[in-house]
Amino acid sequence: MDRFVFLTFDGLSRGAVYAAFALALVLTWRAARVVNFAQGAMAVACAYAAYSVSAATGSYWVGLAVALVGGLLLGAAVERVVMRFVDHSTPLNGVVVALGLVLLIQAVLGMIYGNEFRPAAPPFSRGAFQIGGVALLSRFDLFVFAAVGVVLLLLALLFTRTGTGLRMRAAAFAPDVSRLLGVPVAGMLTLGWALAAAVGSLAAMLVIPTELGLHPTAMDVVFVSSFTAAVVGGLDSALGAVAGGLLVGLLLSYVSGYLGATVAPMAVLALLVVVLLARPGGLFARASARSA
Amino acid sequence: MTGTPAEQPAGTGTETLDTPLLEIRNLTAGYGAAPVLHEVDLAVPAGRIVAVLGANGAGKTTLLRAVSGLIRPSRGQILFDGRDLCTVRVEQMIRRGIAHVPEGRGVIVELTVEENLRLGGLWRGRRGAERAQLDEIYDLFEPLARRRRSPGHQLSGGERQMLALGRALIASPRLLLLDEPSLGLAPRVIAQTMELLRTLRDRSGMTVLLVEQNVHGALSVANDAVVMSLGRIAVRDSAARLRTDERLRHAYLGF
Repeated sequence: MDRFVFLTFDGLSRGAVYAAFALALVLTWRAARVVNFAQGAMAVACAYAAYSVSAATGSYWVGLAVALVGGLLLGAAVERVVMRFVDHSTPLNGVVVALGLVLLIQAVLGMIYGNEFRPAAPPFSRGAFQIGGVALLSRFDLFVFAAVGVVLLLLALLFTRTGTGLRMRAAAFAPDVSRLLGVPVAGMLTLGWALAAAVGSLAAMLVIPTELGLHPTAMDVVFVSSFTAAVVGGLDSALGAVAGGLLVGLLLSYVSGYLGATVAPMAVLALLVVVLLARPGGLFARASARSA
Repeated sequence: MTGTPAEQPAGTGTETLDTPLLEIRNLTAGYGAAPVLHEVDLAVPAGRIVAVLGANGAGKTTLLRAVSGLIRPSRGQILFDGRDLCTVRVEQMIRRGIAHVPEGRGVIVELTVEENLRLGGLWRGRRGAERAQLDEIYDLFEPLARRRRSPGHQLSGGERQMLALGRALIASPRLLLLDEPSLGLAPRVIAQTMELLRTLRDRSGMTVLLVEQNVHGALSVANDAVVMSLGRIAVRDSAARLRTDERLRHAYLGF
């Protein structure tokens, strides 16, 4: 039982990060109808920038700020400089260009920082509190929950309470109609990419200290889990991304804990296959067909 | 409506000496290489309703899309209030005072009624249309007031029509471009829509370029009308004459 409780909390903590990274994928998908396969590499690039700044200033928080701002800028740049010029008439074009970006970013990072793992220190202790004799949560886990919670809250406020959020949603659903109503659709697309990349950077900052450390490919495995989470959640739904992220986190934790870590990736694949067979639109797919 | 003397029968009372609010000169436009519109001339005087009639594929929708900048003409000029529109970006049209209710109405079905309406005033900044403006629209279209929180995809055709019109009116446009508002609506609703256009013109001097297949409905409110055929303007006359001239009706409108 203790083991189960421990695995549950561990899974939720990892799941929160997957949720954030999946949310970033959903943001891009909703804004641009593109699955950003380069999101992992972009997030790692921002994490390296944060690492450099933290090392120079001695402050984790300045580094975190650099990661978030860097995410905004990198996301905007990728949309303005690359994605805008991709012919999106078939989805494959965007995927191929994104994969090209992955190779480019990982190569450049390798040239600058070297292809070795660099230790990334967490801002809080990863030593878990003992509650009733069971190691449940560390301070860092609490930080992860708080950070992901704040991002969710801010995004929810943005999309439901502000004019910019309404513009972004309108531009994504009906670009031509939105332009006729005075919405700067191209700008909204850039903003969507920027926000998504910033959320992706945050996820990288939260997950890298819990893994082997910084490496140009550090987010590749996280990307697979989070992509599964986003697809399981329906790719279009923020709530779905969060639920999918927690589900994948729990699944990975239970399977690693009870069956062995080598089986875990198979479990993620199995989850993806089962959900796609049973509900091809994802668990949170909405049945509202566009007709206008 | 101004026109070349040969096409403009004298004494119809449609001539105006003022500069028209919208003037289209020698417009050739289309999609890709093949033009849909050929050398179209059209003038829409302020405070009038001009109906654009014609069969499917005559170029009516393309004409509206050219005015609001969704397609760019390969030749010709579009002047609004004497200023060239061809270099104005689509996003700026609403700020110039041009509202376009597109084919199929353009209700964003994922958004609620109120969000759609707020979007109509969002170009003014802040969070979109003000409370007072929204209330004005809800007074005008009472069924919408009961469905503020409903997503667009739950609305009936008539309600979508009201929402699309309401969203355009929130901008208080000087020129309203309407693409087949009567499509798919019950006759009673069509009559109400036309009555509303009449009221808007008479009370607030709104200018309307009304594309319609419903000839009866359109001619019942329009001051002037043109009939388009294969991308050209085949007939231009006052709506009153088109209503009564049997020969014209038979030849171009098929009834």
